[in-house]
Amino acid sequence: MKLLAIDTATEACSAALLLDHQWIERFEIAPRQHNQLILGMVQSVLDEADLSLNALDGIAFGAGPGSFTGIRIAAGVAQGLAFGLGLHVAPISTLKAMAFEAFSKHTHELAAVAIDARMEEIYWGIYRRLTDGSLDALIEDQVIRPEDVLMPDGKNMLAVGTGWATYGDLLTAKTQTLNTLIEPQTFPRASAIAQLGAIVLANEEGVPPESVLPLYLRNNVAKKMAERFRVE
Amino acid sequence: MIVLGIESSCDETGIALFDSHKGLLAHQIHSQIDLHADYGGVVPELASRDHIQRLIPLTQSVLKASHLALSDLSGIAYTQGPGLMGALMAGASYAMSLAFSLKIPAIGIHHMEGHLMAPLLEENPPDFPFLALLVSGGHTQLVYVYEMGHYEILGESIDDAAGEAFDKTAKMLGLGYPGGPEIARWAQEGDANRFRFPRPMTDRPGLDFSFSGLKTHTLTTYESTAKTPKDRHDVAAGFQQAVVDTLIIKTRRALEETGLKRLVVAGGVSANHLMREKLRLMTQKVGCEVFFPRLEFCGDNGAMIAFAGLRRLEARERNNLEFNVRPRWPLSELKALSTPRGL
Ligand SMILES: Nc1ncnc2c1ncn2[C@@H]1O[C@H](COP(=O)(O)OP(=O)(O)OP(=O)(O)O)[C@@H](O)[C@H]1O
Ligand SMILES: [Mg+2]
Repeated sequence: MKLLAIDTATEACSAALLLDHQWIERFEIAPRQHNQLILGMVQSVLDEADLSLNALDGIAFGAGPGSFTGIRIAAGVAQGLAFGLGLHVAPISTLKAMAFEAFSKHTHELAAVAIDARMEEIYWGIYRRLTDGSLDALIEDQVIRPEDVLMPDGKNMLAVGTGWATYGDLLTAKTQTLNTLIEPQTFPRASAIAQLGAIVLANEEGVPPESVLPLYLRNNVAKKMAERFRVE
Repeated sequence: MIVLGIESSCDETGIALFDSHKGLLAHQIHSQIDLHADYGGVVPELASRDHIQRLIPLTQSVLKASHLALSDLSGIAYTQGPGLMGALMAGASYAMSLAFSLKIPAIGIHHMEGHLMAPLLEENPPDFPFLALLVSGGHTQLVYVYEMGHYEILGESIDDAAGEAFDKTAKMLGLGYPGGPEIARWAQEGDANRFRFPRPMTDRPGLDFSFSGLKTHTLTTYESTAKTPKDRHDVAAGFQQAVVDTLIIKTRRALEETGLKRLVVAGGVSANHLMREKLRLMTQKVGCEVFFPRLEFCGDNGAMIAFAGLRRLEARERNNLEFNVRPRWPLSELKALSTPRGL
């Protein structure tokens, strides 16, 4: 399967081309420059593989959670590419992609992923590695106050993502009994999204471009007039 | 050449197809008015979230209406600014990537250039140069339009835009959103002469506007009444009259100072009937022609972006892959079109 993946959900920006079992990737930490970088990265991985866009079998993208603008850029790019090429899309959780990335470097069974969501909350999800290499969500992606998270016990756990830097004390206090390896500098990567996306598309679970949407998790973004008056 | 135009700078998603030979082929506007109504104004994050789900369905719908496929497109134009950052970014990401996948050029368009080109979509379009009165939710400007891309701002609002003044005043009067059409509706049965309203800055030389004091004056006036429906009708009528008179006095002054014989009026407020009527009378009196967009192209739409985009793409302008949006972008920064080689 030839699959193109992109991610612009966090301060990292990346594009990857998966050619069956190998991949080519461009990756940069580049806050607020995703719009300037992403299509160039896509062009660059295609050029390196000497592959034309029309040879692609599908598109995968980091759907969120993450920065609202970032995941909308990713969704817009995935929509535009897939619509133009007549392809289906695999929306991939950025937290899952981070867990996948961490699992690829360590032997731990669980990954607890946290991204700083501001407003004193984190985007939070816990993933388990299954024997066939696929990932299973033990705790579904959510937005939550760090003091409210529930930690699993009795397992070797990877603590992944910038949320573990921002709320390190709060979160590690809950994990004292565990053999935890903290990896706050793990970002979502297009190469991980591509590999997870390949599974989605192989199972025919991809979506048509018009159904491609970001995964925001946080939905209470403004107060209605009636609510505002109630508070005052 | 067939150009897809994409507008997403604020609270309308507009998509259109424009053909260099046949003209406008199809257009669709999705308004978010209902979405923002409960909040009393546009919530930027909600606007962006809505745009991203409308872009493909609206594109499909204009293609279907014109019996065309994506492969028939020769270029894509999108609104690059000014406007809401997130809303602009949604449209830009989609437009740039769609163009990239189709291997056709894309061009970012200045939203206000789109507005001021809108009357050129009509039969008997004005020749250059002309004076443009841009009156919308975010802008009130008098512009000397030498040719497409060559603009000189002669005057503008030093505070609220005219449309913004309509919206804020409507809110103070307890009327719905957006305020322009609401005030116009209430004004119909009102007595514009019952209360005295100022005509801000008209007694001074210059072509700048100010509407914020008028808004405050309107509130004070309304507060002094018993707030009956009749009071509301009369205050709305008086306010509308004052805004329109102010715009007309300054526009007339600009025509006289520049000696221009053609006036183009565009932007959401140009849908206002009283203003259209009074501008017609004034231009007749001073011996000028006046040009308006059709009512549906006064506000934001994809047709004006497709049309401006066609002109720029024909002049061989295009964006590279490093796309950017410009939430703030002075119109005067634009450059005149270069004449394409071979034409
Ligand atoms: N009949 C009317 N009378 C007066 N104002 C009106 C009328 N119809 C619409 N408006 C006003 O037009 C404005 C919307 O115009 P438009 O969509 O062009 O503005 P915008 O796109 O929000 O701002 P900008 O174009 O400056 O970025 C609103 O302020 C609205 O109240
Ligand atoms: Mg506008």
